[in-house]
Amino acid sequence: MTAFGILSYGAYVPRRRMSRTHLFEAVGWAQPSLKGLAKGARAFGAWDEDPITMAVEAARAALAGGVPKPDALCFASTTAPFLDRQNAGVIAAALDLAAETHVYDGGGSQRAATSALMRAATAQNGATLVATAEQRPAKSASVTEMLSGDAGAALLIGAGEPLADIIGANAVYADIVDHYRTAASGEDYVLEERWFRDEGLTKLAPQAAGPLLEKAKLAAGDIDCLIVPVSNPALAGAVARALDIGKDKLAGSLFNECGHAGAAHPLLMLAAALESATPGQVILMTAFGQGCDAVLLRATDAVSKRRTALSGQLENGRIETNYTKFLAARGAIDIDWGMRAERDSRTAQTVAYDKSRDIYGFVGGVCSACGTPQFPKSRRCVNPDCGALDTQTDYRFADLTATVKSYTEDWMAFTREPPLVYGNVSFEGGGNKFMEMCDFEPGGVAVGTSVAMNFRIKDIDAARGFHRYFWKAGPVPGGAGG
Amino acid sequence: MAEGIRDKVAIIGMGCTRFGERWDARPEDLVTEAFEEAIADAGIEKDQIEAGWFGVFYDEQNVGKSAYPLSQYLRLPNIPVTRVENLCATGTEALRGATYAVAAGACDIALAMGCEKLKDTGFSGLPERTKGTFEDLYQPGFTPPGAFAQLGAAYAAKHRLNMDDLKRAMAHVSWKSHENGARNDKAHLRRKLTMEQILDAPMVAYPLGVFDCCGVSDGAACAIVARPEIARELVGDSFVTVKAMQLAPSNGVEMGHQSWDGAHTLTTRKAASRAYEEAGVSDPLADISVTEVHDCFSITELVLMEDLGLSQDGAAPSDILDGRYDADGAIPCQIDGGLKCFGHPIGASGLRMTYEIYLQLLGRAGERQLKSPNFGLAHNLGGIPNRNVAAVSIFGMSD
Repeated sequence: MTAFGILSYGAYVPRRRMSRTHLFEAVGWAQPSLKGLAKGARAFGAWDEDPITMAVEAARAALAGGVPKPDALCFASTTAPFLDRQNAGVIAAALDLAAETHVYDGGGSQRAATSALMRAATAQNGATLVATAEQRPAKSASVTEMLSGDAGAALLIGAGEPLADIIGANAVYADIVDHYRTAASGEDYVLEERWFRDEGLTKLAPQAAGPLLEKAKLAAGDIDCLIVPVSNPALAGAVARALDIGKDKLAGSLFNECGHAGAAHPLLMLAAALESATPGQVILMTAFGQGCDAVLLRATDAVSKRRTALSGQLENGRIETNYTKFLAARGAIDIDWGMRAERDSRTAQTVAYDKSRDIYGFVGGVCSACGTPQFPKSRRCVNPDCGALDTQTDYRFADLTATVKSYTEDWMAFTREPPLVYGNVSFEGGGNKFMEMCDFEPGGVAVGTSVAMNFRIKDIDAARGFHRYFWKAGPVPGGAGG
Repeated sequence: MAEGIRDKVAIIGMGCTRFGERWDARPEDLVTEAFEEAIADAGIEKDQIEAGWFGVFYDEQNVGKSAYPLSQYLRLPNIPVTRVENLCATGTEALRGATYAVAAGACDIALAMGCEKLKDTGFSGLPERTKGTFEDLYQPGFTPPGAFAQLGAAYAAKHRLNMDDLKRAMAHVSWKSHENGARNDKAHLRRKLTMEQILDAPMVAYPLGVFDCCGVSDGAACAIVARPEIARELVGDSFVTVKAMQLAPSNGVEMGHQSWDGAHTLTTRKAASRAYEEAGVSDPLADISVTEVHDCFSITELVLMEDLGLSQDGAAPSDILDGRYDADGAIPCQIDGGLKCFGHPIGASGLRMTYEIYLQLLGRAGERQLKSPNFGLAHNLGGIPNRNVAAVSIFGMSD
């Protein structure tokens, strides 16, 4: 029997985690008051990760294995890399979605992702993929720097066999400015926390959730899991109290392993909740951003069938203790990368558009005469025993694993995280590609290492404020070398 | 196979500048320096040259585009000059153009010149450049050492070698070239090195350390080629002739197909096989007396010994460590110091290699002179192991 609900979910937390103890050691001289937050680690993307790439990885996890192709894709973020160039279009291209997919961006507040989910649930118009990711900019020694973490999440909502039914949703708005960021300000300006707790969180949550529970004929005591994605998890308890829900029902904040991922955090916490949910559990998800979204869900019997590997990602972080490396990855410190960094990385948009399926979708060709996969697709087959003309059909490499044929760790090449690791990789089923690698520890690659493909920033064109994306070979999740 | 160019063209004069950090010289000075040596060597007048080929690689970054730098520097009398570029085989391509023109009977005497001023680009190592509007979108941001370092990883894996053992053989390659380069006053790097210095050098691109990499320098080299009849008039019956010139560019197989193992250069094997046939060499080990190969990196030279058929597959490390390619070995390699000590001003390198073989064949190599060499082989590998242009040229005496 088909029903409408959450069909699948995915999450992405970058491997790199800045130890807050070490972060505090670097900045505590300026803001000793941050000491209370100096525990655990916060996730941060490598130099070649941004909300687009993180959303792609989360969405790939959500779309893996037998779910409907989305009819619509919404990318929700307040830190989308492009202000006027559709970010969701890049994500859709990386996912190789059909051109007919309705693709759009959402943003403006930390309710961006939950609101997209609510609209899709209300409309019940085909399958919608909500992909969200955030990389909050923060000044050094700011509370935001301590509390934030980079991450992405994705939900597929539609008709099928849901993992969770969407019982209902409700929202209220209130222009309470607990924090804000403008294009000009660049970073968040954060106001008094207790004021927001008392006048914002604890008043808005009941306003949004109260009518929702009433309509669903549920009491506070029926809630098995309460998601309160607030920047400072210490404030979540006040929300639970205001809703008369026990603190023991609060979903984990992910503070220790990730930090607060802005607009992506509600769905990230939901992904974590669904990973451990049992059938029948009722989940109340809130989200705050000049108002409150409240979504009521019930896990179905299918919830245990599809588990995403979020807990594995949370556990398998790589702790960074060097604050300048953290800053460099975020582009927040101007490192002298030498003359090789002066290379002009202007993108020929004519070519990028013509070859967008090759580049974003990692779609090459497979020869219909001899069956050889190859990248890029070419007029003549690369197989030396074939060479047939115009026989290649589309062949996507993005979801294939490969093994390393040769590699190096190059200390001369320009990269924002030396050394640049790259090599020849051979794909399962055929095909060979000379490509950059990502996320390997030094010494982590060897001939024969298994690799999986990751959508990443290829080059940053600082002169023109542009950057381009391609795929890189990284460790297979759970495999060696990471 | 066509009958080829064996003995159809003579080299009647050659010139080569001192290679190095030529802060004192502009391309005009280098070209003039090489040319004046060659024309004096040939004993002809400049106006007897009927056509020229000019090899420059980084056209926008040092010498300039087109043929006119050469025509202008030498004030050539408006004879046809063609600028050629084919990666690190650029210098050899200039020579091939001139040689083919003479062999075809299109002219009697032709000039091949190669020049590069790398030190004006400001880089240590080769300069950065775009790979083209499409490839920039997906090719890795590799450097030459990083691309050639791949050979080390794949070679060690293929032959189940411990990397430390492979590194010792690679270090011997560099050690030997520095021993040779120290005896060449035209070389850039003339300091001898110990094995320990080489092995302990800072890493550039694993497994290549600094001393596994060739130098970066400025230089020019040139050849004047002519019909054998003209050579005979000028110098008598004994002169250097071109025995073979073969070129093999990649067609994408190494980069895009799994059949390539990453541990050899496919194109060198093809070019060498054709060149041996063109030159009538049936047993390279017996017939080739001296080689100048593309030792851009130590691992490249090691792998090339197998690709040229001088070592059995898997035997290059032990042959190298046994001294087979040392100055006093069976087939000395880089007797002039190689790219390792000359550096690699790309447009000039192929002609610089030819210059040393020319001197050796004529017995004019001074303290580096080998005893009665038979055939000399020059080899270039332009590009990177998984996509390149390989050139193999063989030279010998006319009689």
